[in-house]
Amino acid sequence: MISGFVFRALDGRIVVAVAILLGVALLVPALNLMTPPDSALHIPTYAVSLFGKYLCYALLALALDLVWGYCGILSLGHGAFFALGGYAMGMYLMRQIGSRGVYGNPILPDFMVFLNWKELPWFWHGFDWFVFAMAMVLVVPGLLAFVFGWFAFRSRVNGVYLSIITQAMTYALMLAFFRNDMGFGGNNGLTDFKDILGFPVQADGTRAVLFAMSAIMLALCLLVASAIVRSKFGKVLVGVRDAESRVRFLGFRVENIKLFTFVVSAMMAGIAGALFVPQVGIINPGEFAPANSIEVVVWTAVGGRGTLIGPVIGAVLVNAGKSFFTGAFPEIWLYALGGLFIAVTLFLPKGIVGTVQQGWNSRKAMKAAAEAEKGRDEAVPVTQAQAAE
Amino acid sequence: MTLKSFLQALLACLILSFAAPSFAQSDPKPLIDALAKADFNEAEKLLGQIAATGDARVVPALNAFAEGDLYFRKSDNLVFIAKAAGSGFELIDPLTGAAAGQAAKNAVTKIKVNNNLRRVIRSAMGGLTLLSPDRAVRLQAAEAVLRSPSPENLDLVEAALAKETDGEVKARMEEARAVSVLSSDRSIDEKRSAIETIKNLGGRNSLGILNSVSGSIEVGLKGDLDAAIASIESEQQLWDMAQNVWYGLSLGSVLLLAAIGLAITFGVMGIINMAHGEMVMLGAYSTFVVQEVIRDNAPNLFDWSLAIALPVAFLVTGAVGLVIERGVIRFLYGRPLETLLATWGVSLILQQTIRSIFGPTNQEVGNPSWMSGSFPVGGMTITWNRMWIILFSMSIFVALLVVLKKSAFGLNMRAVTQNRRMASSMGIKTPWVDAFTFALGSGIAGIAGVALSQIDNVSPNLGQSYIIDSFMVVVFGGVGNLWGTLVGALSLGVLNKFLEPSVGAVLGKILVLVLIILFIQKRPRGLFALKGRAVEA
Repeated sequence: MISGFVFRALDGRIVVAVAILLGVALLVPALNLMTPPDSALHIPTYAVSLFGKYLCYALLALALDLVWGYCGILSLGHGAFFALGGYAMGMYLMRQIGSRGVYGNPILPDFMVFLNWKELPWFWHGFDWFVFAMAMVLVVPGLLAFVFGWFAFRSRVNGVYLSIITQAMTYALMLAFFRNDMGFGGNNGLTDFKDILGFPVQADGTRAVLFAMSAIMLALCLLVASAIVRSKFGKVLVGVRDAESRVRFLGFRVENIKLFTFVVSAMMAGIAGALFVPQVGIINPGEFAPANSIEVVVWTAVGGRGTLIGPVIGAVLVNAGKSFFTGAFPEIWLYALGGLFIAVTLFLPKGIVGTVQQGWNSRKAMKAAAEAEKGRDEAVPVTQAQAAE
Repeated sequence: MTLKSFLQALLACLILSFAAPSFAQSDPKPLIDALAKADFNEAEKLLGQIAATGDARVVPALNAFAEGDLYFRKSDNLVFIAKAAGSGFELIDPLTGAAAGQAAKNAVTKIKVNNNLRRVIRSAMGGLTLLSPDRAVRLQAAEAVLRSPSPENLDLVEAALAKETDGEVKARMEEARAVSVLSSDRSIDEKRSAIETIKNLGGRNSLGILNSVSGSIEVGLKGDLDAAIASIESEQQLWDMAQNVWYGLSLGSVLLLAAIGLAITFGVMGIINMAHGEMVMLGAYSTFVVQEVIRDNAPNLFDWSLAIALPVAFLVTGAVGLVIERGVIRFLYGRPLETLLATWGVSLILQQTIRSIFGPTNQEVGNPSWMSGSFPVGGMTITWNRMWIILFSMSIFVALLVVLKKSAFGLNMRAVTQNRRMASSMGIKTPWVDAFTFALGSGIAGIAGVALSQIDNVSPNLGQSYIIDSFMVVVFGGVGNLWGTLVGALSLGVLNKFLEPSVGAVLGKILVLVLIILFIQKRPRGLFALKGRAVEA
């Protein structure tokens, strides 16, 4: 049964995407580390970090797509899960600084010394241990999603209302993390990281490995997401998206289905955040800003929601565009982004991948119709095959 | 030096001098001149005597003493106020203020002053001005004593009280006397009536005075004092409550202003209008432009600038709303989550446009004269701008309600909302009703922007700070119901202000958000939910 679960995940396009990601995970670090800087094939370290950042965003977009594209929950608070994962990683990295901080306190991070704190708050304990921190990367966003979803889905808050309260959630968290006495560095967040598992964060090698890890985690999450949506559970999931009441009347516990998906998605967002922080070198409350979460929705919409590789493509494309525009024409970027939002909703409601897929399907349908014209007896198996799609 | 012995000496002097029938006639001149050779202790006593003369002419000399501008001439030990002039000093007679010639630098010596003396001088001056012929000065002096009572002033206050004829000043002096009595060593009965007077006075300041003496008060008075403190505290609590409610209503009316346009575009039409905040921002910028034009062309009309800005903002934002509806939103009806994306895009474009035209910094929007200032009501202060904003938001609410319920357009609008196809069959041009409904919602947001420009920074990010709050208000109040928006806005405002004193502003806001999230679980359709078929549509 498990193997069936895995095999179903390996649909053609996912295999290609995973293969590409694994290839990138090997190739980019290799080109960065093993070629001389003046070689035409050399990839500079800043580019490795930049691409690594895109991959984290891609993972975040994938996480959102799982709930939005397949379950119909438009979360405007996924940035919160991302940031929480990032903070968990940031806390580990802060503890690794040890006595190398500005104030040289072996236990307390700089900002706590600065705020005149005497001892480590209880929720910082354990974060010097990598395994614990990594567990928290999954547990904290997962727990928040569980509690939030438990209440929201049980009381059947859906559609616009759910979107707005998820936005309120991330907004409230942002306000909370801006407070100095929360113990997460307030305004400035966590930064000045020194090393991760003993390797200096700034070193080329570490950055290359972080990049590879981002690509591998993205590939892994693609497989997990693919396994989920292609399982029987996934079929029910789409049913919840398209006709929630009917699924409920058929005897399914809709709230549990939604809750499971929401929690898995939040954990993926947490992983994305945890990989993001060491590559960018800072995490601050700005990551909780509602605008960030809305931007994630756009990446997903551009790439095509309800397709698994769509959000990945959308996130990479939009962010590459952002890097280009903010560098070359900074004042045009907001026009471009705003225009993109409008254009995608008006002209590409299915996104890039969805539109391509639609074109592909209609060509196939036309071919099938042509086949059907030739011999009526052959028509029956073709339609069956189509129905199974 | 023991303060007590000094006080006793001072009191003795004061009482002696007051006992004399015409104390004001004793000449302060020799007392001032005596300062020349006095050490700090003696100077303190002399100051008491100078104050006891009740002669207002000594005020400049005392001032100069405190400032360190009082000198004496070595040749004859006469005291002068000296101002540095060239290489020497310009001498001024300490009492008359007449010029008294020049002196070389080494011909005069500064009379030393220390902080203790300065304090004595301050309280002596407070007492002296109590006797001023000018009513305003006396009132001020009485209030100064009231704020910082000291037993040294008591006799002066009483002397002044005896001579006072003006009712208001007299009342103030009574109170000043009462607070001074408490810290003096007067009899218990006198103190008891003083406590009574202070209790009737009420207010935070009285509470502070009573609390400050509660450690040193006689045992017999402890009960009276505690009763008075409790009475003032309970009264204070009432006023605090009233003040909180007022602040809450004021915040609530700001929320109402920000949300009421959204109650139409989101609540009635079902569009998740993320560009709503930008409409508010456009309204604020319209105000700015109108004020700039008025400043340049007709400065005397400035007090009318807001009245002029209102229709301008309504038309500008209404027109922008119309364009957005015709250009983008009409293709997205029935897909509310996608209107969110498209209008978010619109909001980014509007923000960047304003940023390109006006720059990213805050713009200066002036307050007309009738909006500044404040007036007291009992124990609280009400500022005019808050007052006007509350009135303004209420009148917008009423006007909108009238438009929706009484006008033909409102009727069409409600018909389209309830049953689009039926309305269309009856000959209502539904696309235009949609367009103008959106324009109306946007225009109202623009009007709100005019009001909010008075209390907030006018920058391209103005709208961003209101958008989430506005959605919270509409969702909390119940979508599609203007009354819900009103009740939602006011109750969130009051709740926020009641949480603020105990948990702080930011935490209060977080708590309100959490409470709304929990509330939505309980009532997923808000306070005033629409019932019937419209719910499922």
